[in-house]
Amino acid sequence: MSEEQISRRSFLRKGAVATAGAAALAAALSPLKDLDTSDLSGFFQKHYREMSPAEMEEALARIRRRVEERWGVRPDLRDVKPKDGVEFVYALNLSRCIGCRRCVHACVAENNQGRDPEIQYIRVLEMPRGSIDVERGDHHYDRPTVPDTDHFYLPVQCHQCTNPPCVKVCPVGATWQEADGITVVDYDWCIGCRYCEAACPYWARRFNWTAPELPREQLNPDMAYLSNRPRPQGVMEKCTFCLHRTREGKLPACLEACPTGSRKFGNILDPDSEVSRILRTKRVFVLKEEANTMPRFFYYFDERYPQHADAGADWVDDNSDLHEILARVLREDAEEMTA
Amino acid sequence: MKAYLRFLWRCVRLSFEGGWRYHLWMTVLTVLALVGVNAWAKQLVGGLGTTGMSDQVAWGFYISNFTFLVGVAAAAVMLVIPVYVYKNRELHDLVIFGELLAVAAIVMCLAFVTVDLGRPDRILHMLTHLNFPDSMLAWDVLVLSGYLLLNLHICGYLIYSRYRNRQPTRRFYIPFVFVAIFWAISIHTVTAFLLVGLGSRPFWNSAIIAPRFIASAFAAGPAIIILTLQAIRNRAHYRVPDKALHTLRRIVTVALTINLFLMVSELFTEFYTGSTHLASTRYLWFGLHGKGALVPWIWTSLALNAGALVILYLPAGRRRRLLNVACGMLIAGIWIEKGMGLIVPGQIPTPLGEVVEYAPTLNEVLVSVGIWATGFLVYTIFVRITVPVLTGKLTAADDHATPTRGELAPATATPVPHRAKETTRV
Repeated sequence: MSEEQISRRSFLRKGAVATAGAAALAAALSPLKDLDTSDLSGFFQKHYREMSPAEMEEALARIRRRVEERWGVRPDLRDVKPKDGVEFVYALNLSRCIGCRRCVHACVAENNQGRDPEIQYIRVLEMPRGSIDVERGDHHYDRPTVPDTDHFYLPVQCHQCTNPPCVKVCPVGATWQEADGITVVDYDWCIGCRYCEAACPYWARRFNWTAPELPREQLNPDMAYLSNRPRPQGVMEKCTFCLHRTREGKLPACLEACPTGSRKFGNILDPDSEVSRILRTKRVFVLKEEANTMPRFFYYFDERYPQHADAGADWVDDNSDLHEILARVLREDAEEMTA
Repeated sequence: MKAYLRFLWRCVRLSFEGGWRYHLWMTVLTVLALVGVNAWAKQLVGGLGTTGMSDQVAWGFYISNFTFLVGVAAAAVMLVIPVYVYKNRELHDLVIFGELLAVAAIVMCLAFVTVDLGRPDRILHMLTHLNFPDSMLAWDVLVLSGYLLLNLHICGYLIYSRYRNRQPTRRFYIPFVFVAIFWAISIHTVTAFLLVGLGSRPFWNSAIIAPRFIASAFAAGPAIIILTLQAIRNRAHYRVPDKALHTLRRIVTVALTINLFLMVSELFTEFYTGSTHLASTRYLWFGLHGKGALVPWIWTSLALNAGALVILYLPAGRRRRLLNVACGMLIAGIWIEKGMGLIVPGQIPTPLGEVVEYAPTLNEVLVSVGIWATGFLVYTIFVRITVPVLTGKLTAADDHATPTRGELAPATATPVPHRAKETTRV
């Protein structure tokens, strides 16, 4: 065998190996042809807090275009900033909550969460009397009618902590607390490590495990950059106290949907606001106080202290209207079912 | 510089050369790595929904393997300390294999963290906006990359010096060796703190987790090194004295004993107190609300670790075959304990008390297998290059004089003349 022959054979063999290797690599990478590259259009976008107004406009225009392309709807997308002298607080009256979960569904309708699987920011726990240990709560109660007389209902959503563990742990600063106390996520900055989800003591964060599905007729075109604009796959999201509504003077969607008026929302820096009065006069408490997260979400039972009641009276119950409301809720539900 | 590039080129060439066993081994690993790449590509398209993870259990198999491998990486220091602090002579020529193992383990760690990301395309945000010092994940990124660079420098410098037949200058590597000793402890401590710092998760929020990390790492890591060194002795024909293996055996024995003691302390605190903090621990060991997917695993882990400890304490445990069995048992035991047995139950029940179980999907397992294969591939190449350099069969001196002969193990795949031609082209 001549030297040339050996060389040629070796060359052919190397070529064959290299070709097979390249083919195998190409085959291995072939699923990537289905990658949704529109997600990558914000690749060079800066962090929310570093964008100039012009850059923000550019980002908003880009997102509007994408929404229009995908859903054929021109969204009213804007960047809504916090107002000076405002710090939002939520208060929830556990004496009145009947566990109907209307808040859960109103939240989904408002905030453009993925529908399959449906992402919900609010989880309502059915709690046995005599306990506020969440481990004793039932997440998946399914009754023909609520409330059940042996239980009370504990809705949980983001508590907008003053001392938020989720913000502390984020490795890239993609989530932060705004001046009005709302903790937000920049969906175009989050790397999807889910450390914040592990850190949250209230299980208030949700991850987009797949590309969120959202039918056109369910898209809410009223949206803000930091709240309910459609999210891409692979990022974290959470309740923002509906900042696109509340920063413009409206109330959160969950509050508006509540048939019993259990939900109260407002500016704690305004001493005359309803939440300020509730925090002054009601027996409020926070969930998992020992975590020292200092939530801006308070729970209370409606019974007043005896000293506030008329002399001689025992605990005073303001909830005499509940039966009427309950009857209405049941009626509406029945109508919805037949419709 | 040119000589260095030439060295790297020869390393690349060398990694493609070897006997049929070597080629088979490398082909299998390459195929597995490509299967992993394929599974990751599917995950990139379909999202992390292709895994078994959920909002309830948001960290699973990837992070489990990650925590275990950080321990393996840290354990290289258990070869370094005897040699550089206690001047142990048997281990001296073997330190480099431990450090190379650390490099391969860190490569796997970084890969596991990357595949766990929902948006790996944004990984550069870590460079420009690292939330340091607040986020423990930021710390982890820094200490892991630092450890990778330290070990790459130490190994690279020592190997290249030997290749050029130079005496390594002590001040170019000894300070780094000592920094690396503390750094090794730091990578595992920081990884533990990543979990320990979460007040929302009582199972992780315990001061004993970090010491247990170190103890289990110093058992599993040297056990892996024991098995690796024997593989190197048998396959790459490099002299590994039995005394070295026995030094490592003693380290493993002590570390495993401490690990089991710490485990007992932890379990006593949890179960005797019996507070509501117990829920995760109860889920892990006995199941909760009728759900107990991890129960058989954690008892298996305990049996493996306890069994390994018994073997190690028996005089018969000095025999090589039995020592290998013990090592295999405790590696598996600690892989369960430091992986799925630590990461998953920390999230069950959720902070709102919901019990949702987790099991990895096939795609998730394939991605993980791919990463392990890549790690083995990287380590095999390291050994393939290092052994001829250490034994003087691959040196700069023989490069031009006899460009090919002498540097290779038996059964050269590529014929000599052709390669000589290539050399002139370079």
